[in-house]
Amino acid sequence: MINPFTSAWGIVIGLATTLKYLFRKKSTIDYPREPYPHPERFRGVHELRKYDDGMERCIGCELCAVACPANAITVIGAENDPAKPVSPGERYGYRYEIDMLRCIFCGWCEEACPTDAIVLTPRFDIADYTRQRLVFGKDKLVVRDPYTQHLANTESAVETDPGVAPATSPSGNAP
Amino acid sequence: MNPTVALAIVIAIKAGILIFVVVTAFAYLMLFERKVLAWFQLRVGPIWCGPWGLLQPAADAVKLVLKEDLTPVTADPFIYKIAPALAVLTALMAYAVIPFGTFPDGTPISIANPNVGILYLLAMGAIGVYGIALGGWASQSKWPLLGAIRSTAQLISYELAMGLSIVGVLILAGTTDLHGIVSAQSAHHVWFAIPQIIGFLIYIITATAETNRAPFDLPEAETELVAGFHTEYSSLRFGTFFVAEYVNMITVSAIATLLFLGGGDGPFVSVVPYLSILWFLVKVAALLFGFIWLRATLPRLRYDRLMAFGWKVLLPVAVVNLLITAAFVALRGQGS
Repeated sequence: MINPFTSAWGIVIGLATTLKYLFRKKSTIDYPREPYPHPERFRGVHELRKYDDGMERCIGCELCAVACPANAITVIGAENDPAKPVSPGERYGYRYEIDMLRCIFCGWCEEACPTDAIVLTPRFDIADYTRQRLVFGKDKLVVRDPYTQHLANTESAVETDPGVAPATSPSGNAP
Repeated sequence: MNPTVALAIVIAIKAGILIFVVVTAFAYLMLFERKVLAWFQLRVGPIWCGPWGLLQPAADAVKLVLKEDLTPVTADPFIYKIAPALAVLTALMAYAVIPFGTFPDGTPISIANPNVGILYLLAMGAIGVYGIALGGWASQSKWPLLGAIRSTAQLISYELAMGLSIVGVLILAGTTDLHGIVSAQSAHHVWFAIPQIIGFLIYIITATAETNRAPFDLPEAETELVAGFHTEYSSLRFGTFFVAEYVNMITVSAIATLLFLGGGDGPFVSVVPYLSILWFLVKVAALLFGFIWLRATLPRLRYDRLMAFGWKVLLPVAVVNLLITAAFVALRGQGS
């Protein structure tokens, strides 16, 4: 025989429990209006960084393309015009494309890059309507905003392992 | 103008205003339920339509109206179409007799004040099940049929206990007039929920079952019956069933307020009589919150246990409660 008072008490306890939850902080993130919090080392969309003097870091070596396990990166390098160099080295990335639909955001390109040019940022909201537009070229990857760029350089200076020196420096000489 | 015609026009205007108010109340009850349920589940509920999602009911209505209205080929077209109308009609008709408060001269604020108001309300509640039963049957589909059968069986089982729990109040008040019951409570300075605590609890349980609310929402148990009796309905006809269901929820809360919680009785009513409307609405809202709270807390009952609970627990308890009340009133030697 079920004890009716025990059963009724169970309902009372249940109601008290749900009432406690009514006043708890809500776990909803009001996403597009409120930024989604990432872990610090979240790997999202790539960017191609520049030195503070405006030179591109990428030297067109294609190491990132070789490292890429998803074959998402296409790099075509070209010789720098000595009168008007794009990067401090002999060569620069003439074309640089990442197919965001192939990319698995593993970060190996970042690890392979000898000049810290390609970096994965925390940005992730890149949904679009055509496959074509999701193949990002240099127009979308190279950082143009000087302020963001400065921050990026400061951050990467902090993040970079001091034991590993980049292959080029703004002066054009290997350090 | 002929006085009968004039009276009819006045009543028609009153009824129109009341229907507008009740349907608006339904729309915001739906939003209230979605919000409160979300808060119970650590979500925020609708927030995008207007400030705090206040325009959500309008958006829902527009969406529902724009949907295609389907009738299954095998369905009985006439009954299929008339069922939702029947459901919402009986739900709205109940409001004809509910006194929302008291005028300064002591008369009730209601469209009609028959001296058998509570019987009228019970009758409307009982007819309301025809909408569900016919809708489920006319759909000619297995899930609606099962939902309709469950709904009918559930209503018959729980209406008995509900009636008996109400009779206790009627014996104490000595009248079946809704306004008289409210006046009896303010005259005795006690809400009938206190002497009739068992009756009140039985009424709340049976009211939850009658309105097909969780944990007694077996007629529309999603996990078993898709959507129960309104599985085949779409567009406005589905919306009409929805209106009927939520209006019924408000109705049973209003009845509970009138019978057990003193209607418009509350502080300062003797100073400002119109405050009685406010107290009435506050009590109804509190009961509605209670229904949502129950839904957020309790899991659905198994069908055989639902039936066993109704017949083997609620009904005997209600009978014993009624006998004790009757004996008490008889021994005290007066009817009110």
